[in-house]
Amino acid sequence: MSYYRPAFRHPNLPANELGYTVEHYEGGLSTLCAGCGHDSITAAIVQACFEDNIEPSKVAKISGIGCSSKTPAYFLNSAHGFNSVHGRMPSVATGANLANRDLIYIGISGDGDTASIGMGQFVHCIRRNLNMVYIVMNNGCYGLTKGQDSATADQGSKSKAGSVNMFHAIDLASLAIELGATFVAQSFSGDKAQLVPLVKAAIKHNGFAFINVISPCVTFNNNVGSTKSYDYVRQHVEATSTIDFVPPAATITANYEQGSTKQLKMHDGTVIALHKLEQDWDPFDKLSAMTAMHKATIKGELLTGLLYMEEESSDLHSLLQTSTRPLNALSEAELCPGSKILEEINAGLR
Amino acid sequence: MQGRNGGKLNDLVVRFANVNGTGSASANYLFTKSIFRMGIPVTPKNIFPSNIQGLPTWYEVRVSEKGYLGRRDGVDIMVCVNPQSMRKDVDCVKPGGYFIYDSTKALHPEFIRKDISYLGIPLMEMCNKEFSDPRQRQLFKNIMYVGAIAALLDIETGVFRELFEEQFKGKEKLITPNLKALNMGIEYVQKNFKYPLDIRVERRDLVKNSIMIDGNSACALGGVYGGATVVAWYPITPSTAVAEAFHGYAEDLRTDKATGKKNFAVVQAEDELAALGMVLGASWNGARSFTATSGPGISLMSEFLGLGYFAEIPAVVIDVQRTGPSTGMPTRSQQSDILKAAYASHGDTKNILLLPSNPKECFEMTADALDLAEFFQTPVLVMTDLDLGMNDHMSEPLEWNDKRKYNRGKVLNAVDLEKIERYGRFLDPDNDGVGYRTIPGTHPTKGAYVTRGTSHDEYAVYTEESDAYVKNIDRILKKFHTAKDKVPQPQLYQKKNNSDTGIIFFGTTTYSALEAIDMMRDKGIVLDALRLKAFPFNKTVTDFIDAHKRVFIVEQNRDAQMRSLILIEACSDGSKLVPVLNYDGLPITAENIVKQVSKAIGIPKSTLKIEN
Repeated sequence: MSYYRPAFRHPNLPANELGYTVEHYEGGLSTLCAGCGHDSITAAIVQACFEDNIEPSKVAKISGIGCSSKTPAYFLNSAHGFNSVHGRMPSVATGANLANRDLIYIGISGDGDTASIGMGQFVHCIRRNLNMVYIVMNNGCYGLTKGQDSATADQGSKSKAGSVNMFHAIDLASLAIELGATFVAQSFSGDKAQLVPLVKAAIKHNGFAFINVISPCVTFNNNVGSTKSYDYVRQHVEATSTIDFVPPAATITANYEQGSTKQLKMHDGTVIALHKLEQDWDPFDKLSAMTAMHKATIKGELLTGLLYMEEESSDLHSLLQTSTRPLNALSEAELCPGSKILEEINAGLR
Repeated sequence: MQGRNGGKLNDLVVRFANVNGTGSASANYLFTKSIFRMGIPVTPKNIFPSNIQGLPTWYEVRVSEKGYLGRRDGVDIMVCVNPQSMRKDVDCVKPGGYFIYDSTKALHPEFIRKDISYLGIPLMEMCNKEFSDPRQRQLFKNIMYVGAIAALLDIETGVFRELFEEQFKGKEKLITPNLKALNMGIEYVQKNFKYPLDIRVERRDLVKNSIMIDGNSACALGGVYGGATVVAWYPITPSTAVAEAFHGYAEDLRTDKATGKKNFAVVQAEDELAALGMVLGASWNGARSFTATSGPGISLMSEFLGLGYFAEIPAVVIDVQRTGPSTGMPTRSQQSDILKAAYASHGDTKNILLLPSNPKECFEMTADALDLAEFFQTPVLVMTDLDLGMNDHMSEPLEWNDKRKYNRGKVLNAVDLEKIERYGRFLDPDNDGVGYRTIPGTHPTKGAYVTRGTSHDEYAVYTEESDAYVKNIDRILKKFHTAKDKVPQPQLYQKKNNSDTGIIFFGTTTYSALEAIDMMRDKGIVLDALRLKAFPFNKTVTDFIDAHKRVFIVEQNRDAQMRSLILIEACSDGSKLVPVLNYDGLPITAENIVKQVSKAIGIPKSTLKIEN
């Protein structure tokens, strides 16, 4: 960890369309271990929000408990954060989102927080297609309690202490697709070029956007024999696609090979161009996406990129038909039916 | 009160013994409503199994001219439609009482008692002759016994016609067969028995503008009127109807007729943990929100209650208490979550509890809880119970003052934040323990912080400094002291103390406690009374205890939990606090209270005129 961040910034830091420099998107100083993958993910979130002109105060950062869940304090200082309890981020995010549909919800969780104690809430949050970005910083171990295997640790993966994990890993990305998640991506904390556009796309997706990011634990799970070490992941990562952003008003020109590029219209009118690298896989076909992922697992590869997406998706608010104005903005006059109606109710109870 | 044959007038208990899942509930409610419509105070209790079909279920109706709404021991008239429970049903009839049964089959001699009267009506036979559809046979058999009991008790037939017309509005063709079944019961009684009985009813004007409503519906309306917009819940008896009723009322009252858009969101969560998590998330984000649950849910919610307490987030929980521990008796009543709720969660925690004792208070206190939770930025639990929540109660009408304004507490808006140099979420500028909160998205650069269940300083920054921790946790306690005089105040039942003996009660114990006080007064024993309406306790409570040599504390749990809470929080001398307890799952009776109090005071039982 660092103890100090110099206040000095380059005097000519570029500003985005809102007039903010990247500094405005930073958070407090990270207290995670030097080299922790989570800090790279945090940096990707900062960059994505800066580049995409997101108003930081219109973001709510919500997390559970664990190393990953500390990170909301390390990005977007002008956004409210909520570091809740272990495994319960999804429910807090659900309530928050119901109260104000106009904010952007970024949920941060870890593999222990999601795949073990929080599995129930993760699963049900997907069912409801809550409009949020759900990032799992996945390092296959419990960092804060000094390196125990988590439920995403691969079978046969060796811990720092030399013990071998005997249980099957829970594959969160496959599970999310299986459960009906409408945007599922996978990435590697060391691949910022891929991660930044994925975060941007996830923010734009109207519905549950899940990104499982393999994020090595430098202290407890970066040893030889671990399948979540930097070296191992670098050797086994297989990118499925790259993503470009096309600003809403710009003309889209076909720069890419026919058949390998798909333009997606996002909820806010932005268009993203998805360039396929894998040929026998269609990210808009659930079956095809699942097959590709299973094949990769058999080959011992980690498939990354946008794995599956539904372009048209009804989030929880549209399912519940809630008011287009945020519920937390409704006035007393709109909420309280008043004494006259209560008199009618009383009359019906006599 | 004596009736014309020396029997009792407008003072009786009728118990219906049914099989659950046979549609008896609506017939039994019809009976209750007919008494209510005749202007006579009435109180029904559903005594039902945790089961959907086939097990014994009872519906007990007390009619009381004096207006006593608690349960009374002893059954005057048993309407037995369930052979499964006949032994028990015969045994519970008071000497001189009546046993009404289906005489399609002869009654086995072992069920014959010499000290009660038997009135056999061939319900099944008559019904099978008249109706061919099996479901109709079952339903109309129920209506038929209501007709029989109506004739026996002298209930006005016109009242039933009126009730059927209301019930079947839009389905008018159902009125005729229902009236027919009712008349078959009436006519059978008229032809075969001397009627009415010496125990009977007579029209009065005692109900005035009262309503009949269950506490769960009243809580739900309190949520609607109190401005709750996000309701998250998990099904659990006996609280389920709170969320369902909220949903129903909100659909009617909060849906835009033109667009179909709703000014509320109801989510059936995956469990109680998630339900409270959603409430905290919504409240944190500036919406009013609540959940409803029962004991097992409170256990599961404990972790989140601690987060709400320590991170200072409003939350309202309606706890419709049932018989514990563990799954306990899920369909029976108790006041046994008191200690758990008061101190829910690990670490040093104290939660605000509100203690409604009737539907009107369920309505008011749910709305109050939403104000208090936001003002004190902490969880508030509304402690009702199964008896209050699921039974219909005669209650004063619900009232809402249109001048009332929601107390949203200390929330800074963008203009306020502009004026502040450095915002400190957990500072105590007003010296009442309550800081100023901000809602996410309020200001582009000011007022944001990370809400956390970890230790934090006045600026919401994580800290493990002992001094900062102590300062913070002490300030949270100060908030609790401030709350003492802001929560609903205890009710005293005398202008000045008249006795050296006091009695304290709360919630559904109130009905029977008040009746017991009258019974004791009739015997020349005066008890000063105080009803608790909330925790924390204020000076009124400590003064009351200090002013009496002995104080009875009446409650419905085994361990005298309220007594313990008073002992911890408001009394230095435990020896004067005498527990009066009932924990069999049925609502406590006045007779039970009188017996226990008399025994403690040392009055010989013989001098007390208790009928059972």
